[in-house]
Amino acid sequence: MNVPGVITREPAAASPPSPVLPPLPPGHGGMDLMEALRGALSALAANTLRSILTALGIFIGVAAVIATVAVGEGARRQVTAQIQSLGANLLIIWGGSATMGGVRLGAGGRSNLSYDDAIAIGREVPEIEVAVGSIRQTFQMVAGNQNWSSMVIAADPDYFIAHEWVAELGRLYTAEEASAARKVVILGATVAENLFGEEDPVGREIRIRQTPFEVIGVMARKGQNPMGQDQDDAVFIPYWTARRSVMGASRANARQVGTISVKIHEGEDMQEAEESIRALMRQRHRVAANEPDSVSIRNLSDIQATRDAAARTLSLLLASVAAVSLLVGGIGVMNIMLVSVTERTREIGLRLAVGARRRDVLAQFLLEALVLALLGGAVGVAAGLALSHLVADLAGWPVLVKPDAVLLAVGVSALTGLFFGFWPARRAAMLDPITALRHD
Amino acid sequence: MAALIETEGLTRHFPAGEEVVKALSDVTLTVQPGEFVAAMGPSGSGKSTFLNLIGCLDRPTSGHYRLMGESVETLSHDRLAELRSRRIGFVFQSFNLLPRTDALGNVELPLVYRGLRRRARRDRAAMALAAVGLGDRMRHRPSQLSGGQQQRVAIARAIVGSPDLLLADEPTGALDTRTGLSIVTLFQALNRGGVGVLMVTHDAEVARFASRVLRFRDGRLVGDMRQEPADAAAVLAALPPMEHAA
Ligand SMILES: Nc1ncnc2c1ncn2[C@@H]1O[C@H](COP(=O)(O)OP(=O)(O)OP(=O)(O)O)[C@@H](O)[C@H]1O
Ligand SMILES: [Mg+2]
Repeated sequence: MNVPGVITREPAAASPPSPVLPPLPPGHGGMDLMEALRGALSALAANTLRSILTALGIFIGVAAVIATVAVGEGARRQVTAQIQSLGANLLIIWGGSATMGGVRLGAGGRSNLSYDDAIAIGREVPEIEVAVGSIRQTFQMVAGNQNWSSMVIAADPDYFIAHEWVAELGRLYTAEEASAARKVVILGATVAENLFGEEDPVGREIRIRQTPFEVIGVMARKGQNPMGQDQDDAVFIPYWTARRSVMGASRANARQVGTISVKIHEGEDMQEAEESIRALMRQRHRVAANEPDSVSIRNLSDIQATRDAAARTLSLLLASVAAVSLLVGGIGVMNIMLVSVTERTREIGLRLAVGARRRDVLAQFLLEALVLALLGGAVGVAAGLALSHLVADLAGWPVLVKPDAVLLAVGVSALTGLFFGFWPARRAAMLDPITALRHD
Repeated sequence: MAALIETEGLTRHFPAGEEVVKALSDVTLTVQPGEFVAAMGPSGSGKSTFLNLIGCLDRPTSGHYRLMGESVETLSHDRLAELRSRRIGFVFQSFNLLPRTDALGNVELPLVYRGLRRRARRDRAAMALAAVGLGDRMRHRPSQLSGGQQQRVAIARAIVGSPDLLLADEPTGALDTRTGLSIVTLFQALNRGGVGVLMVTHDAEVARFASRVLRFRDGRLVGDMRQEPADAAAVLAALPPMEHAA
């Protein structure tokens, strides 16, 4: 007896072979992850355009996250590098408005700081490693037929200790050369380039205000300071050389300095040192108890704080963009997942009917939301990297995208997917199988 | 050996606004393994409600139900899902196949929830499709198959997990006589292999292939009759020949 449709291609047999399959081994429950992933991808692929549009919000959010971290980190590193270029543990003392014989000089007045103030600070404040006065003034300088206008910084060699600066070529001048007021000069890298080009300036001569100086060294390059000035566009000569040969001296300013650079011993309290210096300066400048301080002290951490604040503002802005787009993107994911759950209600009913547990359905839809968010996230990472390069270019910052930023971004998109996918997935999982199967 | 199905005062009421729809009331019944049961009755008499309760898709308002000795009404959702996965195969009037998935993928679906590896699932699904005569249609999508073929895919899906009980809600309702007969032939073959069959049908022509016929009216079981089943294969063979069946 032949049964059409059942064993159509079997030869006629006495009785049809039973369509009953051999029993399944008692397998363990639970869905395998690869299958779930395959399902999620094919479900998303079935609505390609919709999936792409949904992932867009996450994409923007993640790009913003990457850029936020990169910009923040880049700015921080740059500020740190600039601060370090000035010298760590450095305080700069500026002469405030000088008081001479009870007459206060205005802000434009001459500095009230003297060479001896620096010596006194170095001697009397215990936290201090070096204290050195310096004056700076711009001069025209000539080497052969080249000339260049640049800053002359006149200071004793302790200045190089305070500012942690070394010679790249040649050498620094010594304390002996400084006190002997020798006409030696060390060129900043920018000056060396402009006056000597590719040639080695060491041993050559330059003239500053007609006075010939022997070039004994070229400083290592420092780059810009936090105020954006080129620190390498300067030359260095001993203080007393300047007083005698270049800047001149009158009775009033014979021992005057513009600023005093103070380096605090490593590990000492900057705040305490600052207080001691203020007190000492009040005493030395005979400031009355009711008068304001005679000097102002610039701590580099102030500059750092300003720059940090600027970077933080930018980061905050980007972080808000990130938060808003992730929120919008997340709501988009939720919306699409709800649509998807509604569209596939029958499928859910069927899956439940053939043995899916609630958690299997939950996992399926959660995974779908997760994959959707991660796809957006992955493209977002790429765009974020591009954006960071752009921002860094515009701001002149180094580009810094650390692997943890990428991990953070991927993590954030995954969390967004899971968070906003949960409710739709739960709705799917809680469906009553019969109602779901009847759905049309 | 425990009875396949054992119900006692099985009742399912649905709240509908102020009133309560008594979809199923006080059904007491025992079905032994190997029986082929047809459930008949007018529309709205509670056949589907009964089938859903038996299939662990729904839980009774009151009464008791034991499937192969196990009390179902107190089980957790997870355990119900497991029973559906291991003990029961469902065939629906409207096939309920996943439209974007080929026959093999559709038949594979229940095995996904039994933790089988892909290879094993594919092999087994292919076996089930071959058993219902669709060995050459595995990569076809539902839209590329005839109604009868789609229902065969649904049957392959129902039997792929070696169920003890096959439940079918008007499985021939959407099919022509000849195709319907071939489906019933398949059920009979499965039943001979030891699978219990509970089939809802409107059609007395179809009910005569069962070994037992239940009649429902207004949610109550009003008739329970045993009979010598007709042989669907023989009836099918006796039909005037056609180019292609199913
Ligand atoms: N989820 C539900 N909520 C409310 N009432 C329901 C629900 N499911 C079924 N009913 C009602 O229960 C009664 C029995 O329905 P059931 O689907 O079991 O009938 P049936 O015998 O299968 O009918 P048919 O032959 O038309 O399929 C009907 O009056 C129906 O309206
Ligand atoms: Mg019905």
